[in-house]
Amino acid sequence: MSGHHSTAGMDPNHIGHAGGSGPPSHAARAAGSKRVIAGYGFWIFLLSDIIMFAAFFASYAVLTDATAKGPSGRDLFDLHGVAWETACLLLSSFTSGIATIGVWARRKSWFYGGMAVTFVLGATFLGLELREFTSLVARDAGPSRSAFLSAFFTLVGCHGLHVTAGLLWLLTMMAQVWAKGFRPDILRRVLCFSLFWHALDIVWVALFSVVYLMGAGR
Amino acid sequence: MSEHARQADIAPGDEPIDDREIAKGVRGYLIGLGLATLLTVVSFVVAGTGWVWAPSIPIALAVLAVAQMGVHLVFFLHITTGPDNVNNVMALAFGVLIVFLVIAGSLWIVSHLNQNMLPMDQIMQMQR
Repeated sequence: MSGHHSTAGMDPNHIGHAGGSGPPSHAARAAGSKRVIAGYGFWIFLLSDIIMFAAFFASYAVLTDATAKGPSGRDLFDLHGVAWETACLLLSSFTSGIATIGVWARRKSWFYGGMAVTFVLGATFLGLELREFTSLVARDAGPSRSAFLSAFFTLVGCHGLHVTAGLLWLLTMMAQVWAKGFRPDILRRVLCFSLFWHALDIVWVALFSVVYLMGAGR
Repeated sequence: MSEHARQADIAPGDEPIDDREIAKGVRGYLIGLGLATLLTVVSFVVAGTGWVWAPSIPIALAVLAVAQMGVHLVFFLHITTGPDNVNNVMALAFGVLIVFLVIAGSLWIVSHLNQNMLPMDQIMQMQR
């Protein structure tokens, strides 16, 4: 970390700075601005990721009626399973919030506990989703059956892949905090992870509303 | 302008340092969880029962979903209207604009396309 003494050069526009009149030391401000820059950069990435989801949502919305005389959402969707998936993901957003509190309160038990429960809930969500996918494929409603089902598997599967990546990232964060402690660089990664996890839950809100609830009713 | 604009930015997802009390933090997440659960349950009830006039169900679901996303943004991602969050909100607003353009534009264009084209099975007939 050689950046502490050359902050002016790294941050010429004073992007993360408290206007020059602050009690926080130079090094503390530099660390703070680095956190803001990392979080903001990841925020931009998340928004672009959501725009990608929007494209998949658009193609799904356009293709919902293109069932090629095959099954439609009303014939296929099981809202009980979706309700359980929703409960898992919503609770996991809450527990990842508890892990975040554990970080700034410097309580490792809260962090590990929150992250562990988040992992279990996320894995349960993935298991339920995989069960749904295999049952659809077994009923001859796989992604190759119709344009509607292709769009469905692309959209929901893309979210599932994000959750899978999030679970791997979660384990990595637990291991890094365990091995290296609450270091500023590790904490920036934990911040980005929690942003990612909450954003996945926001995408799921759109998913269960648009795909499952609207689809089951039409 | 300059006095406010000079206030430090805050990373998305972070709460202001003065607000970091454990009880307060847990309460915030609990309120978010409660509101989100309520909106989710209402969504499932609206879709699963006949309590709401059927043609209005998609609009009702969309409104509930947008409300729940707002709850997530405020209580889980700590996006606020404060001066320390201006950059986060501006980026979010741009993202929402693009999302709206992509989805609404696609639906609009393709519905016109469908209106101006023969149904698909007739096209298939003509190609034989």
